[in-house]
Order: sequence, then C-alpha cells, then structure tokens
Amino acid sequence: MPLSWIVLGLLAFAMAGFFLGRARATRAVQGDARKLHSLPFYYGAHVFLMTFVSAFGLLVFWMAAQPSVIGWWIGAGLEGEPGAITLQLSEIKRGAAQLLETGTSPYDAASVVGAGAVRYAGMVQAGHLFMVVAVVLVALGGFFVSLRQVSGEFRARNSVEASVRGLLIGASLIAILTTVGIFLALIFNTIEFFRIYPASQFLFGTVWQPSSGGGAMQPLGLLPLLWGTLFISAIALAVAVPIGLFAAIYLAEYATPRFRNTVKPLLEVLAGIPSIVYGLFALLTVGPMLLKVFGSGGLGWMQGASSVMTAGLVMGIMLIPFVSSLSDDIINAVPQALRDGSYGLGATRSETIRQVVLPAALPGIVGAIILAASRAIGETMLVVFGAGAAGRLSANPFEAMTTVTAKIVSQLTGDSDFTQPEVLVAYALGTTLFLVTLGLNLLAQKIVAKYREQYT
Amino acid sequence: MFDAKISETTVTQNDIKIAARKVQVYYGEAHAIKDVSVDILDKTVTAFIGPSGCGKSTFLRCINRMNDTIPICRVEGDILLDGEDIYDKRVDPVNLRARVGMVFQKPNPFPKSIYDNVAYGPRIHGLARTKADLDEIVERALRRGAIWEEVKDRLHQPGTGLSGGQQQRLCIARAVATEPEVLLMDEPCSALDPIATAQVEELIDELRQSYSVVIVTHSMQQAARVSQKTAFFHLGNLVEYGDTEQIFTNPVDPRTESYITGRIG
Amino acid sequence: MSGVPQKRSLLVADSQLTKRNAAESRFKIYGLAAIGAGLFFLVVLLSQIVMNGAPAFFQTQITVPLTLDPAAVAKAEKSMMKTAGYRGMLEEALWNEVERGGIETQLKSPKELREMISAGAPGNLREFALADEGNQGTEVRYTFAASSRVDGYLKGRVTREGSKDDKGIRPEHFDLIDALVAVGVVETRFNLTFITGSDASDVRPEQSGMGQSMLGSLAMMFVVLGVCLPISVAAAIYLEEFAPKNRFTDFIEINISNLAAVPSIVFGILALAAFIQFGGGKLEIEALRASAPLVGGLALSLMTLPTIIIATRAALKAVPLSIREAALGVGASRMQSVLHHVLPLAMPGILTGTIIGLAAALGETAPLLLIGMVAFVQTDIASIGDFFTAPNVGMPAQIYIWAQRADGAWYERAWGGIILLLVFLVAMNAIAIFLRRRFERRW
Repeated sequence: MPLSWIVLGLLAFAMAGFFLGRARATRAVQGDARKLHSLPFYYGAHVFLMTFVSAFGLLVFWMAAQPSVIGWWIGAGLEGEPGAITLQLSEIKRGAAQLLETGTSPYDAASVVGAGAVRYAGMVQAGHLFMVVAVVLVALGGFFVSLRQVSGEFRARNSVEASVRGLLIGASLIAILTTVGIFLALIFNTIEFFRIYPASQFLFGTVWQPSSGGGAMQPLGLLPLLWGTLFISAIALAVAVPIGLFAAIYLAEYATPRFRNTVKPLLEVLAGIPSIVYGLFALLTVGPMLLKVFGSGGLGWMQGASSVMTAGLVMGIMLIPFVSSLSDDIINAVPQALRDGSYGLGATRSETIRQVVLPAALPGIVGAIILAASRAIGETMLVVFGAGAAGRLSANPFEAMTTVTAKIVSQLTGDSDFTQPEVLVAYALGTTLFLVTLGLNLLAQKIVAKYREQYT
Repeated sequence: MFDAKISETTVTQNDIKIAARKVQVYYGEAHAIKDVSVDILDKTVTAFIGPSGCGKSTFLRCINRMNDTIPICRVEGDILLDGEDIYDKRVDPVNLRARVGMVFQKPNPFPKSIYDNVAYGPRIHGLARTKADLDEIVERALRRGAIWEEVKDRLHQPGTGLSGGQQQRLCIARAVATEPEVLLMDEPCSALDPIATAQVEELIDELRQSYSVVIVTHSMQQAARVSQKTAFFHLGNLVEYGDTEQIFTNPVDPRTESYITGRIG
Repeated sequence: MSGVPQKRSLLVADSQLTKRNAAESRFKIYGLAAIGAGLFFLVVLLSQIVMNGAPAFFQTQITVPLTLDPAAVAKAEKSMMKTAGYRGMLEEALWNEVERGGIETQLKSPKELREMISAGAPGNLREFALADEGNQGTEVRYTFAASSRVDGYLKGRVTREGSKDDKGIRPEHFDLIDALVAVGVVETRFNLTFITGSDASDVRPEQSGMGQSMLGSLAMMFVVLGVCLPISVAAAIYLEEFAPKNRFTDFIEINISNLAAVPSIVFGILALAAFIQFGGGKLEIEALRASAPLVGGLALSLMTLPTIIIATRAALKAVPLSIREAALGVGASRMQSVLHHVLPLAMPGILTGTIIGLAAALGETAPLLLIGMVAFVQTDIASIGDFFTAPNVGMPAQIYIWAQRADGAWYERAWGGIILLLVFLVAMNAIAIFLRRRFERRW
C-alpha cells in the first residue's frame, strides 16, 4: 500500500473520530453544551489528535528505522571483512529493490548476494505489512480509548491544549536539533578525515595542494586557507568599519529625519543584494578595474582579476550596511542625558560624539565589528568568484589566494568520493569555520548583551 | 495680557546678569512660552516654580540655548547676557554654554573616571596649559562641588560608581570646572533622597557667592530655602516675579496664591 | 592658575573656537563622505548590473523566406545527425536571401554562413517542420536565432579587433552582418527564451534561459513556506508566550541567535549530511536525493528558521499585555488568548518577517552548491512530484553555473539572470514594506 494512501486513510479515520467525538460529547449532556466542561469542538479535536498523532508518529518512526534494522539483520548473516560486507550489502539492496519493482532478480538466487536479495525483499514486504497492521492497531486503540474518555466532565480543552503545547515545544526543539545536526555532521566526518589523514599535517601544514587519489601524502594544510580568509576579512573590515561607522554616526547624530529616512533604506539595499551578485561584481567589474591600475600595464603587482584585494574591497562594500545599521542601533541606545550633559558644558557635536557618545558605545560597536568579522569569515559566494583558487601564504594583497569557504565548495562539489581525504577535508574545514564563527558570535553576543544592560 | 510684574528689587547692589524680553517659544505648533520678560541678577539664586508643564524648564533651557538641539523648537524675543543678545547670529552656542553651565534633573556623569568627568569641560575649552593646571582646576571644582573629601582618593574610578547624591554633586563640580558665570539647574534634587538633597541645597547656597544661579524646582519648600528671587510660571506665562519672601508671604497674583497654598499644581 | 579666559564678548569667536568649529565641520564631512561612498557603491553596482545584464533580454534574429522541401525533410530525417540536414536548409535560405538582395560578400558558399547561425536553430527548424505537415512545401518567413558571436557583435560585446584570433568568426562575416542589418534581415528582438527557457549547452548561450531555474526556486520557496513557517511560528509562540524562564529555554534562545549567524555554507554541509547522505542514503527515503528542490528547500528552511522565529517573536512582543489580560479576564485559557487574540494581531509582523526571510533564502547560493543543485538541467516538469524531486537548479545557482563558464556571452546571461533575481527580491521586499505600512499598528 503506498504511503500516501496510508496517510490519507489515517486522516479520514481521524476526521471521522473528530465528528464522532463531538457528537458523543453533545449527546452525553443531552444537547445542552453549557453542561460540558469544554466546547464540543475540543472533544472532537481530542479524538482526532489521539487517533492521528500516535499512529502517524509510529508510521514515521517505522519508516525511518526499518531499512537500518533489515540491513543490520542481513548484514549479521554475512561473512568476511567489514568492507566486503558493506559492499555485499549494497549489492543485496540493489538486487532487492529490483526484485520488488520488476519481480525478477539480477542475481542468481543460489549465490550469497542473490539469496540475500530474496531474503531482503521478503523482509521489506513483511516489514511493510507489519507496519500497516501496527499503524492501524494504534489508530484504532487511540480512537476507542479517546472516544470512551468523552463525557460531560472530561476536560477535553486541557487535554487538547496540552497536545498543542507539546507540538509548540517540539517546534522549538528543532532549533536545538539543527545545532546538534550541524555538530554531528561535522564531527563524524571530521573524525573520519583524521583517521586517514594526520591532524598535525592538516592543522599546521603550510601548503594546500589537493590531488585526486593523493591519499595521505597530498598536502592539505589549513594555514594558507586560514591566512587567505583572515587577510580578505581584514581588508573587508578596513573598508566597512570606517565607512559604516561614520555613516551611522552621521545618520544618528546629524541627519534630519527626512535625510535619514531616505538614505538608510538606500544603504540597506546593499545588504539585501545576494552575495553571488557581489561575486560577479568582484570578478567582472572591480577585479578588471584594479588590474588596470595594479596589473602588468600599471604597477605590476597583480596577475589576474581575482585577488585578496578584489574580494576584500567588495566584501567591505557588502558589509557597510551591516556595520552601519548595527552601530546605528547602538549609538541610539546611548542615553540622551549624556549628550545633554556634554552640550551643557559647551562641547560641540563632534566633541560630544568623539569623547562621550563613542566611548559610551564602544563595547557595543566592538560587538558589531566582531559580528561583521564573523560574517566576512563565513562569506562564500563572493570569495568563490573574487578571491582565487590557489591556497597561498603571501603578504601581497594583490595576489590571488583562497579561503576556507571557497575550498569547502570546491572539495564537495562535483563527483565526490567520500572516502578520500581531499573530499573529507571539507568537513574539517567546515568544523574550523563553524568553531571560529561560533566563538566570535558568542563573544559578540555577550559583549552586546552586557552593553545593553548598562543602559536599561 | 499677563505681563510679568517686575517687583522692586531689594537686592539693588546686584547687577542684572540676564535680561529676557518678550520671549516666545514654540514647539512646532504649540506655544510653550508666552511673552516672558524677566531680569535675573548676578550672585543670586533665582527659583522658577510652577506646576508641571508650565514652561519653567523650557525657559531655563532657552538661557543656554539647549533648545537648539531640538529641531522643532523655535525661540523669539531677546535674551541678553551682560547686554549681549545670545540669539544673535554671530553667537556660537558652544561659547555661550561655556559661560552658562547647566546641571540636569537626573545625574548624568559620563562613563569615564571622576577626574575625566570634571576635566572634560576645561579640556575642550582649552583652559589648562599643563597637567598641573588641570589637576588644580579639577581639585578646585570638586571642592566647590563639596565632594572633594569623598572622592579625592578615587579620582580615577568611574563616576558612574558614585551614589546618586554624589553623582549630582559631581555633575555640579563638572559644570563649575569651566568657570561659568551662570549656573542653570533643572530640578537638580528631584532624583535624590532627602539627605543628598540637603547637601546639594547647601552647596547651591555657597555657589551664590560666585555665580548667578537659576534653579527650576517642583518643591516650594526648596525654593523658599535656597532662593532669593522666585518666578512663578503658569501655562507658559510668567505670572509673578519677585523676592522669594514676598512671593511666599504676600503674593500679588491670585494664581500664585492658589499654587502656593496648594490649590493648583 | 592660568588660561582662564577673560570675559569676552559672546559675539566674537576666538581663535580656539574657530579651530574647534573647523574640527566640527571636518567631522561632519567625514560622515557625509562615508554616506556618499556607500551610495556611490550602490549606484555603481546597480548600473553595472543593468548595463551588463540588459542585453541578455535581447537576441539577434535572422528572418528569411524559406521553403521546406518535403523531400529534403525526409532525407534529413533518415540521416544519423538529423539536424545536419536542417542546418543546410537554413544556410541555403540565408544564402538565397543574400544573393537576391544583391549583397556583396567575400564568402563563397552557403556552408561558410554556418558561423552566423545559432547551433540550436536547426533543431528548432526540425520541430517546426515536423509539428505540422502544412509547414512543408510552402514559402514562409522563418525567423531563427543568430549565433552568439553575431549577437555579441551587434550588442558591442564582440569587436572586430577582439576577434582576430577567433576561429569562430571572420571579418567577412562581420561585413555581411553589417550589410544584412542594413536591409533588415538581421535584427535584435526581445528575447522571450531568456525568461522561459532552460539551460543550454556550452556553445549555445543564445538558447539558454532562466525559466527552469525559476521553477526550481519556486519549488524551494514552497518548501520553505510549508516547512519553515509553521515550525518557526510554533517555536516563537512557545518561547514568547509559554516558555518558563529557565536554563533550558535560555539554551534554546542562545541556539537560535547563534543559528542566525552561522555561515550559510555550514547549512549546506548539514543538508548534505542529514538529508542526502543520512535521509536519502541510510534511511533510503527516495524523495531526498541530490539536486532535488525538496532538499534545497529543506536546507534553506533550516537557514531561514532563526530569521522567522526572531521576527515572529518581535511581532508577538509588540502586542500589548493588555490584550492578553483582556482575554484571560473573560475566562479564556492562555492558549485561547494567544491563538484567538495575540496571534491574529501579530500576523502582519509575522508575514513581513517571513517575506524578508524568503527573499534572503531566494538569493542564497552556497548551500545549493553542496547539495548538487548546480547540475546541468534541461528537464521538463511532468508532475507535481517531479516539481519537488526532479533534479533542478535555483536562480542563483543558475547564475553561478553560467558565470563559471567564463565566456562573454555567458557572463551577459549571468548578469541578466541577476536582473531577474533582483526583480523578484525587489517585489518581495516591496510587498513586505507595503504590509508593514498598511497594517502596522502602534499601541
């Protein structure tokens, strides 16, 4: 029976439960709804939830667990090296899938694989049957139990609300689940990588030169990538922080409301433009422009359009609104009383800003800059186009270098063999990236939270 | 209509420091101060009293042009400081505020050290040539602010760490450090407890020796205690202005009497 | 004590004040310059996009009288390379037109016109010929695409000097194009294919379009809306209205604010591991496979989750306590007060936040690269199931693919794709702003 039919059947059954439950509640009080504890709707909803949620939950769980259980069962019966078993098992699965679909097995039924495939297919069919039976039983059980509960005194609303509350809690747990998922996805694969590749060689290696099939001998050093990342981020911040900060100061302290209401949204347009657009802008506009000045025709420092400077400048432009709107919020949080105190002593606006407002806002602004740095480090599309492809440790900002994020993309796209170090290294890079940005975010949040406390 | 009644002054030896003539203040459409004329004397404490929203704080803020920072605020009429119009185009409000200092309702020390709080004014106005000069100015200001003894051992700790009363005296010391001629105080004790209030009031009385002090207050007792001259504002009008003693014992205008006896307010 | 200024007139500015005022103006100019720089970058960026992208919406077309000979069609259909015969017909027709018009050319035979005709044009002619028997045997005015070099020449992208070493086109071709433009045989028209079409092979930029990728993006947006919105709103309701203040809820909150700042590529890694390798691989869920918009949508959902949760919480927080108390006061349960009163009032804010979150998801590229939504896709959508699970690309991924081909004609397409993408983003943000303006309520 196809899955969608089962779900539709369950829904129909649960809806029937809803109407029966509601009717039973009304009947229990001879049609006088005032005698019920809850509105009739809640009695119906109670039956619906008890019927559907439990059966549907079982269905999802069964679907998720069945392949692993069967795989484990069949695998336990196989003999040989662990690697060989895995291989055999995947062949068995393929055979079973074909058997179920077309009715004929591609393998000889007498061979280990062929016999396994037949057994496997049988177990899948049996499992499916058991599942349908179990789901129907649970649905019936929920249906009858909840229907019996319905009476005039039964607190249906409380029961329904408890379920809804459970759903709400479940939804907020998704956030934790996502973090856990990220953590697991990174950690398992990173461990896998370090099993076949020496950790010290990754962490302290100064050369990045992956080669297909190079195994543990190929140089996969983190340092050149980290250097490229930090170099580009530093240039980006050198552009974004002064411009963003001064723009925020002007908007918060000098601008008329009209000017502010026009300029602020315009600057924020820069933040709404997807990073791939900035990538193209770097590669096709800014890079060639820089090349004219610093390339072989000019100063001769630059070889191609992609460089640390190209990516850094464009990333700086991208981060201007980020820095300016965060700083704007923070400057506005400085109490007016401090400004008045300064003006009252005969300070000019700029003296007040430089000597009173900015020092007071400093922790918050530092937090904003750290957040911007975390953004810069995690930016991907822009550096894929703007920065270059070769890992390099150089102090010349006009050379092409590459970053952690760009290499995650290049190592994980295309035909990837997830047993090779040059592919798995992407997870180690991902872990590095995640830990660095997580650390910066936590730090920034702490600083900003402390700053806000100070003025509330 | 409600022309101010400028009473015969009994303290004739004091010069007129500030002279306001037909001052009008508008907040957008709202007419906040209506045709106020008043003479404020040197080396005297003048109290502005009146119910909330009567315009006394607004008028006070006109005297050092703090209202300039509010975009919708418009001032008409003349306010003369030593005979010079402070709303003249050539006057830089920065210069004016150095001579007309201000202390605010809520103590607002900068998030800096006690020393830097007091040194802020002298520094921006370039009053000290050397570090020793500055030290001297800071010490003298803190002494005048009657807080020197309490803070002399912790000058480099943040001013925000002081108690409310201490903070307010620090703010007074900060205002005094720029050697102003007039000191404006906008309800300086409203955020303080009675003991701190008493200390600040005592300080105000001492400051009278050197400055013209204008204080806005909600408390009639305070006005009676610290001021020599009192002005009563009501609905943007200056209703009555005269010697404090006369205002409190023998008010001329019925509205003043109602306020003093607690019928409006 | 020294340096205390003598009492001076207020009307005269001393040298120190002049200096301070100069510093003041300088400071103000820095601020204005910073804003000016920001706006300047914005103008440069937008003008680059428009200038480079607008040509993608136009395509050079050749229109000639053409008679499809049924015998020739039959012959072409019999050969191995079916389109080769049709290419000959196009070359012939164009050659006839040149001769009829008496246009002088250095080219000697119809075969030499090949470089001027789009590699996709013969295929289109074949479709035209087979679609209706009536199309054969009579003369029709047939319009077909010129090659990307001819197209580029008319748009100014390809120049005579720049093409000296180009084997794909010769100066004689340029002369002929100029002559044909003069008589109106070659002209540039609006390029509908760019909006409705799908990707085309490397050598046929003139046949490519964003249509397929727009469907892919649409599918992903549906997934984000269907998955992310209910979960986010439910989570926000719990955290804002019900959650007790304890360590556990603190932990959830820290989690959410951190997820909001996790680089998007990390969500790509998560989607690759959780959905494709674990869900599709280990658990053998068929719908979860590489390149499927369903997986892309799930990845973007996880990424958008914190944005919508934060926006929803802000919207819920903005509803005053008095509304909740009023509901509780007439005997509603807490759940009823939230679902019947608070949530409807917060709806405009939630919708605004959702649209802004969707817009951000629409422009996101990095996670799509990792789950393989950068494949070459030319599929047609057959069913609703396919709509979500057949391999596809998203708009930004399509732009990425084209930009990777590193060729002028493809760059033009990529910029054009950006214009389309930005049109959607602007539209979405405009709706969000409209909702905010229209329904914003100040309490």
